[in-house]
Amino acid sequence: MSLDYSSAVAANRFGLGAKPGELGVIGTDARGWLEAQLRGPAPVLPATGLRPSTDILGDAAAIRKQLQSQRRAAAGGAAAAGPGVSSAAGSSEALALVMRLPQFLRPIYIAEVQARLRNAVATERPWVERLVYFWSNHFAVSIDKQAVLGVAGSLEREAIRPHVLGNFRELLLAVEQHPAMLLYLDNQRSVGPNSVLAQRAARRERTLGLNENLAREILELHTLGVGAGYTQADVTSFAKVLTGWSLGGGDGAGPMQAGVTGQFLFRPQLHEPGAQTVFRRNYDQSDQAQGRAVLNDLALASPTARHIATKLARHFIADDPPPAAVARIAQAFERSGGDLPQVYRAVIACEQAWQTPLAKYKTPQDYLLSIYRGLQLPVADGPRSIAGFDVLGQRQFSPGSPAGWPDRSDDWDGASALMKRIEFADALAQRLGGARTVADLGPQLLGATYSDETRTSLQRAVTDGQALTLLLTAPEFLRR
Amino acid sequence: MYRSTHVPINRRSLLKLGLAAGGAALAARYSFAAPAASQSRFVFIIMRGALDGLSAVPPYADPDYARLRGELAIAAPSGTDGALALDGFFGLNPGLQFMHEAYGAHELLVLPAVATGYRERSHFDGQDVLENGMTQPHATQTGWLNRALTNLPSANRRGRESGVALAQNVPLVLLGSAEVASWSPSVLPDLDDDTMRRIADRYATDPLLARRLAEALATGSEQAEQASAPTMASEAAGGQAVQPVARSTAGRYTETVRTAAGFLRRDDGPAVAVFDTTGWDTHFNEGGAQGQLRTRLSVLDQSLRTLKETLGDVWPRTVVLLATEFGRTAAANGTRGTDHGTASAAFLLGGAVAGGRVLADWPGLSARALYQQRDLKPTLDLRSVMKSVLHDHLQISAGVLEHDVFPDSGTAPYIAGLLRSHEA
Repeated sequence: MSLDYSSAVAANRFGLGAKPGELGVIGTDARGWLEAQLRGPAPVLPATGLRPSTDILGDAAAIRKQLQSQRRAAAGGAAAAGPGVSSAAGSSEALALVMRLPQFLRPIYIAEVQARLRNAVATERPWVERLVYFWSNHFAVSIDKQAVLGVAGSLEREAIRPHVLGNFRELLLAVEQHPAMLLYLDNQRSVGPNSVLAQRAARRERTLGLNENLAREILELHTLGVGAGYTQADVTSFAKVLTGWSLGGGDGAGPMQAGVTGQFLFRPQLHEPGAQTVFRRNYDQSDQAQGRAVLNDLALASPTARHIATKLARHFIADDPPPAAVARIAQAFERSGGDLPQVYRAVIACEQAWQTPLAKYKTPQDYLLSIYRGLQLPVADGPRSIAGFDVLGQRQFSPGSPAGWPDRSDDWDGASALMKRIEFADALAQRLGGARTVADLGPQLLGATYSDETRTSLQRAVTDGQALTLLLTAPEFLRR
Repeated sequence: MYRSTHVPINRRSLLKLGLAAGGAALAARYSFAAPAASQSRFVFIIMRGALDGLSAVPPYADPDYARLRGELAIAAPSGTDGALALDGFFGLNPGLQFMHEAYGAHELLVLPAVATGYRERSHFDGQDVLENGMTQPHATQTGWLNRALTNLPSANRRGRESGVALAQNVPLVLLGSAEVASWSPSVLPDLDDDTMRRIADRYATDPLLARRLAEALATGSEQAEQASAPTMASEAAGGQAVQPVARSTAGRYTETVRTAAGFLRRDDGPAVAVFDTTGWDTHFNEGGAQGQLRTRLSVLDQSLRTLKETLGDVWPRTVVLLATEFGRTAAANGTRGTDHGTASAAFLLGGAVAGGRVLADWPGLSARALYQQRDLKPTLDLRSVMKSVLHDHLQISAGVLEHDVFPDSGTAPYIAGLLRSHEA
């Protein structure tokens, strides 16, 4: 008997995990179901009340300013009162001050994660949503840097979602100019050694200069990929090219206050003058045009095509993707000039993506989303509704490094991580109790991948709760 | 048979290391291991993100240091924010109070200019090399420590697992054929035995899941009572405000260290524990005697004190290696931080370490001395240090070290004398 796994692969590997009824919708035309999702508008989040990054950063800057003036006032008061007068009340006030910024930013982060989760549970275009997550992880920022806590979600909303069905070139530019990325990789203060500002500072015996962080990670992670043959000199030159890519509304006086707080602003006085050579090409443009030209070339370079193709193939085919599939996707990238829907079509067209169901071990995020979708769980307000990500080991927007979360099975299949999934599934099943009829859920969520062993184990379960635990911990539910 | 040369160069009493004996047969350079010093413990703490060695171990007496570092420079000992005195040339970052005490107690060996064989500047590849023990990233899917544990002599093998990762997933350095455990505190209620048995039955036909579940059950049940995890639990439960870095990180490290110690103290526990520390990637506002990096170092330092206290009578038989993937630029960058560099500092800490010394063939910080005119030049290969610990402390044989654990490491010879003499 030959089973048709295609609908289960479409829903669980390409999508975010089947909703009840989804496999029926997919029917026998799995590729058509995926293809249809690539047509239509950009996958914006439905009305959520989430605010633009500019507003968030503007408010954060205002709070910071307030804190500074209160600190100054407090310091003045303490000095006036004389030594030894600082009191316990003073220190608890100080703590309250310190907490004001996180108290402003944290609820924004929670709301972003909730909106994203609600959308994932409901969406009829889960393959496009997975692609959003893919790019969000490709262009990762991490909230362990407080500067991006409030804007990690808006990077995805403002830079990634509008371009996920567009061109890689535009996606790249939107991301590198987004305040979250500039803040995360420290570019807003990188100063050309021969720029107007650096020279002015030098006269006052202050040194301002380059910060290589953004330039390096663009080359290494966002475009060419490590091993593409660029050198330290390329990194330094590119860092010079990117000087001036900054944000509006500095805290200093004079020209640094230009622009809208938190919005991308090219600051000519920070920019390193002159031509630069990056990855064997010369760039003699002035101002922001120089950086745009480099990004354009990087976006379309062959190593970039291979790098992106390898990551897509690893995500959708196997940890060690077949070279033929990588080549095919890379070719689609190059031939189309980075037209993303054509790249995605090449992924769907790879036979290898369909031949081995369950080749990928779910990440904690995959696992949790597939549970939410499979059981159509509501996402309540308040922080508890997103705690599952933390417990399972993938706190949202916190990969800890600009490389993003890893994407191989052995990065996620640890013993302790498995136990977390089992305990989480069981706690959830106990809470839901007998409220779910588990019997038909298996085939509905897993289609042809639903095994006889799991079917038998569910049939023998003593309670519906236990059956649900057994379903959510079944080997075929832990993989996609 | 000590073949490394102790050459007191000057009042810094630097130990001259390196490739002087380049032509000698490698095996001959190992000292003969004494009968197994049983029950040795080894802790490897990975400092992910590229630690700024020049701030952790400031060479305040180097004539180029203050100029290169500007406001990041840490001053000579004396004063409130000076370096903590070591040997008159190097100091320790003022956040490393416990490490400084350990130095005084001859339990800390400071290695100010080390690197792996990796010479590019990608964190991710650099960490891969730090963990795979080879010269190239992605050269193998196993870690040097696991390859060593595969050959652990029976005297140092107590329980089923010879190593434990204090993490949800096992890091590369511990991946391989030797059985290792991973452990991180759970915040969820235990399952009932019947459900667990049914899950185990279902996994019987799935080799990976069967193995992982067995590992989890073996480590989980025995650790449950030993490690209470209130700090991490409340953090992982979500909903907590993001704490000021120092507080939440301190809680996590302390918990991790206590748990590691719990494993290592057990009679049938693993000989080796590995865990990560993060946040060393200081491109912006790194700080000098005060500031971001000092705070992080101080948090780490406190957890090391906890480690010593919790290990108790096991501490004299313990070696802790702290190492990072590479160092940072010798000069400060334009945003009061430092960019990716080459050599960094590493530390050997513990009762079994022949400490109270700074071990450096110091390359200097003059423009000519810098690697590619920008980074501190490495003068000691981390693999030499790793070999020495594995050989003298865990009794891994020279043949295994040269052929299996660190192939192609001829340029990184074993060094004798890093550990106390009864160790080797």
